[in-house]
Amino acid sequence: MMSELFVKRVLPVVTVVMAIIAIWYASAVFMNAPFERDRAARADKTITFSEIVPLTMNQDRPVLPTPHQVVTEIWKTTVEKKVTSKRSLIYHAWITLSATLAGFVMGTLLGIVLAIAIVHSKVMDKSMMPWVITSQTIPILAIAPMIIVVLNSVGITGLFPKAVISTYLSFFPVAVGMVKGLRSPEIMHLDLMKTYSASPSQVFWMLRLPSAIPYLFASMKVAIAISLVGAIVGELPTGAVAGLGARLLAGSYYGQTVQIWSALISAAALAAILVAIVSLLGTWVNKRMGRRPEAA
Amino acid sequence: MQAPHVVQDFPTGSAAAGPGRPVIEARNLDLVFETNDGPVHALSNVDLTVNKGDFVSFIGPSGCGKTTLLRVIADLETATGGSITVNGMTPSEARLAGAYGYVFQAAALYPWRTIRKNVALPLEVMGIPKAEQERRVAENMALVNLTGFEGKFPWQLSGGMQQRASIARALAVQPDMLLMDEPFGALDEIVRDHLNEQLLKLWAATQKTVVFVTHSIPEAVFLSTKIVVMSPRPGRIYDVIDCDLGTERSLDIRESPEFLEIAHRVRDGLRAGHAYDE
Repeated sequence: MMSELFVKRVLPVVTVVMAIIAIWYASAVFMNAPFERDRAARADKTITFSEIVPLTMNQDRPVLPTPHQVVTEIWKTTVEKKVTSKRSLIYHAWITLSATLAGFVMGTLLGIVLAIAIVHSKVMDKSMMPWVITSQTIPILAIAPMIIVVLNSVGITGLFPKAVISTYLSFFPVAVGMVKGLRSPEIMHLDLMKTYSASPSQVFWMLRLPSAIPYLFASMKVAIAISLVGAIVGELPTGAVAGLGARLLAGSYYGQTVQIWSALISAAALAAILVAIVSLLGTWVNKRMGRRPEAA
Repeated sequence: MQAPHVVQDFPTGSAAAGPGRPVIEARNLDLVFETNDGPVHALSNVDLTVNKGDFVSFIGPSGCGKTTLLRVIADLETATGGSITVNGMTPSEARLAGAYGYVFQAAALYPWRTIRKNVALPLEVMGIPKAEQERRVAENMALVNLTGFEGKFPWQLSGGMQQRASIARALAVQPDMLLMDEPFGALDEIVRDHLNEQLLKLWAATQKTVVFVTHSIPEAVFLSTKIVVMSPRPGRIYDVIDCDLGTERSLDIRESPEFLEIAHRVRDGLRAGHAYDE
């Protein structure tokens, strides 16, 4: 059993991770080598390839930091710093996470409400659906600064404007998924409700909503990841002082590539954790709702 | 149309006020579906009387309107011409009054509900108190021999058990009438035979009126007191055959001369109605 689990689940993941790390190191050598060659040339020295390789691994401001540099930086800025410190990555991650979660909750609720309105009203379907789709054709990088600036000008700053951008991105998959989910009941299941002379609200609570739950969790997985992107994007235009986006921005101002990459990797890890949590929650709810285990 | 029938041989309870009185009466019923390919005449000039306690089967090839006729009775479709009454009311009033329980071609159980909760579904819709819900669920689960499976989800049951659960669900509303649309069509022969016997016992025990759609001749003859033979294009009634094989039927009756004679007449009716022209 254990070895089967290892071969089927662990081995493929480990193999891919090892491959990525190998490619990463090779790329770091390749991309950081010109700097070392220039330095050697300036000092009128010749430098061999075997001398270059160790040097490319530990530059202060490498073009591409090596994995161990990023890991060390993450270790230093998480474990070795107090979480209240402005240099702690956990502090910055929390700033971004709080905006992400606020935006995700608002976006999910907005998406569900819109979907309910669209499913129950022809007028809403015809009038709202085009706008819902249009909203996502506007590049978020173009609209994010405007949201931040407009809200700042009316005195709203901090978490909320970032959460609005997350909401703007995350309501869409939920709205589309829920419209599909609420319309997913079979004709026979709807006819059954009609034979009971059920009211529209009974049909909604007893049939449409439970049918839509698997769709809801599928779209919430997309929504939470995109919420994090929204929060980070929201931190960029104003040069925010805190958050993963601010770390990215500060890192690029001062050429701190190691800092950029550690913020980047942290953001990716955070997204993975959030998606995993939503996914586990979805599996648990679907199981409680009697979904066949292998289908979940 | 037909005076004596089996139900009267049973000791009748208070619910049996006037067995034999008509519960469904259709006159000159017409139904035309407007489709993209033009109008489709699903029902044409249908006259039908179903008496209380009857077991009536609609039989015919696909497209003959048998399911449509059942759906008109259930107010799932509306006739475009003629008149129909159910319990002396319009189908819509009858539906609101909970006149019937409907059994679909598939079990149509809600996959996120346990069998207990599926059977209780109509009771929840009707706002019946919890204790009464539990009583009726237990009673009807026992009636279809599903006691012990209350906590299972639909996918954990076989097709035949699922269909039995859907019959329990239809019975839970305590209707005087069961409308069944090819309920055993998707099941294999052995399960179907078994469920036919169970249904017959159930019918004898509860004295409900049953309207049953099928395309199986043996099934129709075995179950019914009256067989309505229908033919397609336009959907219409070709023949109505009385069929009284007595109350104590077992599957063996299908070898008897009476059974074969009625089956023969049904087959003749289907053939004469051009049912075999394709």
